[in-house]
Amino acid sequence: MSVPTRSRGQREDGHPDSRLARRQRRLEELLEAAGVVTGAELDAILDRYLATAKPANGARVVARAWVDEGFRHRLLADGNAAVAELGFSMGGGIQPQLLRVVENTPRLHNVVVCTLCSCYPLALLGPSPSWYRSEAYRSRVVRRPREVLEEFGLHLPGHVEVRVWDASAETRYMVVPRRPAGTEGMAEDALAGLVTRRGLIGTAAV
Amino acid sequence: MTRIHDVGGMEGFGPVDPTEDGRAFHADWEARVFALNTALIRRQAYTLDEFRDAIEHLAPERYLASSYYERWLEALEGLAVKKGLVAPGDLEEEGGDAPGPGPRGSGEGRGR
Repeated sequence: MSVPTRSRGQREDGHPDSRLARRQRRLEELLEAAGVVTGAELDAILDRYLATAKPANGARVVARAWVDEGFRHRLLADGNAAVAELGFSMGGGIQPQLLRVVENTPRLHNVVVCTLCSCYPLALLGPSPSWYRSEAYRSRVVRRPREVLEEFGLHLPGHVEVRVWDASAETRYMVVPRRPAGTEGMAEDALAGLVTRRGLIGTAAV
Repeated sequence: MTRIHDVGGMEGFGPVDPTEDGRAFHADWEARVFALNTALIRRQAYTLDEFRDAIEHLAPERYLASSYYERWLEALEGLAVKKGLVAPGDLEEEGGDAPGPGPRGSGEGRGR
């Protein structure tokens, strides 16, 4: 997981970072002075987040579903309980959320969005990419999903239905991609290595 | 009432730029804003729903002109005041280029 840079340049949106950094520091100082937070606590939160929230987690879940039919059924029926079998939780230290896992088939492709903000299963997918938070993705994938998927280089045949899942305040979605052909002999770990964050969101095949 | 965050189906935002650089945060302050929010929700200073609501209440022109974590910072400042954790006059002036009242430069070391 990457560590944030110390860049203080101009943001892509034209706001100087230094002013925002000043506002953030001031707020943190005030909250620390008021005894509400401590710097060490914030450090610990970041360390833990950057060390544990990764798309490799979601990939492990998918690989298990590919090799273990019983797990696959449990995962689709109750995402929270199934990922807990692998030691993952949807709490993130904040509020536990419902995990709904949806599966791609030869006739159905799923894609996940949060039109209202950027909700998604952080613990399993890691920090969300910029495009997932962008107005362009949020506004268009619900109206023109095939067009948006093309922009990611994913071309779906016309007979494949596309289903878009819009996260709510309580529910997070994750996609189980189709297991690639020719991987029958592969071990679970190696299979997990095939699964990308885009595959878990639905903007890539795997 | 429809607010600006509710962009589903809206036209005019152009194509998606799918490039990724793999970085979770693009500046220290973004990481600290993320951590502050987690800490405050854990402390039950406010709920996740209140946080979302605060972002969704940003004025449309403000919302669209702000980066992702800038919206978060704005929401955090508003909630900190609303919950009586800080006095509004103590916050760094938004948009002001004059040095704020806090210590200068020394806070960098704690950034991640």
